[in-house]
Amino acid sequence: MASARDVIDTLVGIAPGSKLDAIRANRSEARKHAQASYASLFEPREVGGVAAYERNAIAAFVAGLHGEPRTIAFYAARLPTNLRATVAAEVAAASSKGPYGHFPKGPLSTEDAPGPTWKMSEAGRQALGARLAAAFEHTHMLVFHPRDAAAPALQALLDAGWSTTDIVTVSQLVSFLAYQIRVVAGLTTLASTL
Amino acid sequence: MSQKTATEKTLTPPPHTEPVVFTRDMLDWLPWIEPMAEQDMTERHLASLVDASRVKSPYFRLLARDPDVLEARTRTDKDIFYNPEAGLPRAERELAAAATSRLNGCIYCASVHARFAATYSKRTDDVQRLLDEGVGARLDERWDAIVAASVALTALPITFGPPHIERLRKAGLDDAAIADLIGAASFFNWANRLMLSLGVPATQG
Repeated sequence: MASARDVIDTLVGIAPGSKLDAIRANRSEARKHAQASYASLFEPREVGGVAAYERNAIAAFVAGLHGEPRTIAFYAARLPTNLRATVAAEVAAASSKGPYGHFPKGPLSTEDAPGPTWKMSEAGRQALGARLAAAFEHTHMLVFHPRDAAAPALQALLDAGWSTTDIVTVSQLVSFLAYQIRVVAGLTTLASTL
Repeated sequence: MSQKTATEKTLTPPPHTEPVVFTRDMLDWLPWIEPMAEQDMTERHLASLVDASRVKSPYFRLLARDPDVLEARTRTDKDIFYNPEAGLPRAERELAAAATSRLNGCIYCASVHARFAATYSKRTDDVQRLLDEGVGARLDERWDAIVAASVALTALPITFGPPHIERLRKAGLDDAAIADLIGAASFFNWANRLMLSLGVPATQG
């Protein structure tokens, strides 16, 4: 079942007939398929190897790391109550500024901005398990320092039990949210000036 | 050599040279995990590519492992960048994509969208300065405003605010153009993360 309401419209508070509604209508395919991207990740036709609770937990973590209040509330609400505090504690410990990271060695090395490789707390690992812990650690890199990515990061996911196809789904989920959250932040700001 | 199941080990790319500067040259991209083999792709996988020619791309054959999200991603991308109706000129949507990629450090994505920005704007030297000097390069007020807004949307915490919008309006962007800029810069925060994390760029030849 597709969501009845467009998530970006809902989070930004775009009313039918408003100026922003008309602007989004000029990019109706982008609007429709941003929503279809959301639906394919959070209401998939086939859940495949990435369980619904895993998708929701990773999403709540991504939203928390971005600090955009509307999306934080939206994705936290998808979590079971007992996981909300666990994810919030990991968000608090993992928060950083981005983007940082290294460039390939050479002329760009002068622009290297080293920063932490985050590891989940022992309490978080106990609550969420080794498989989600690996996904959260990968997620932190994707959110804050994606240019530090290298093959060993994917090997860590494979070793934690994520298949190649699962890795594609998780990577899309985190990366899609990096888009959706910025659209919500950007359009909310634009709406405030109209 | 058919490989129906996923590898449990990351791939070792063939010998290659990784680009060490931002460039408008054509680059290759080598995956770290196994794309689908063409002969294993179903109708659904093939349809998710949207453009049939993308079956030759290891990047798209890898993303085709989750076809529904690939298809939705691709159709979102095409409307943000290719829809000619009003809004921000194509050259400046590409500028936002290139600036976002420059800041995140995606040499592959920056190469593609810097080429497009140069082609559509005919301002090859300015585009190259963005690549060489980074997002602090001074281009002209309108382009600087577009780059600054892309940077503010890309940074964490997100610092995009009313002053960015005011500057864009003064530079001549209307509301539809500003919404396009938000779409283009935000979309590259999606694309950069996939390209950067699932494989590595390589120089051609």
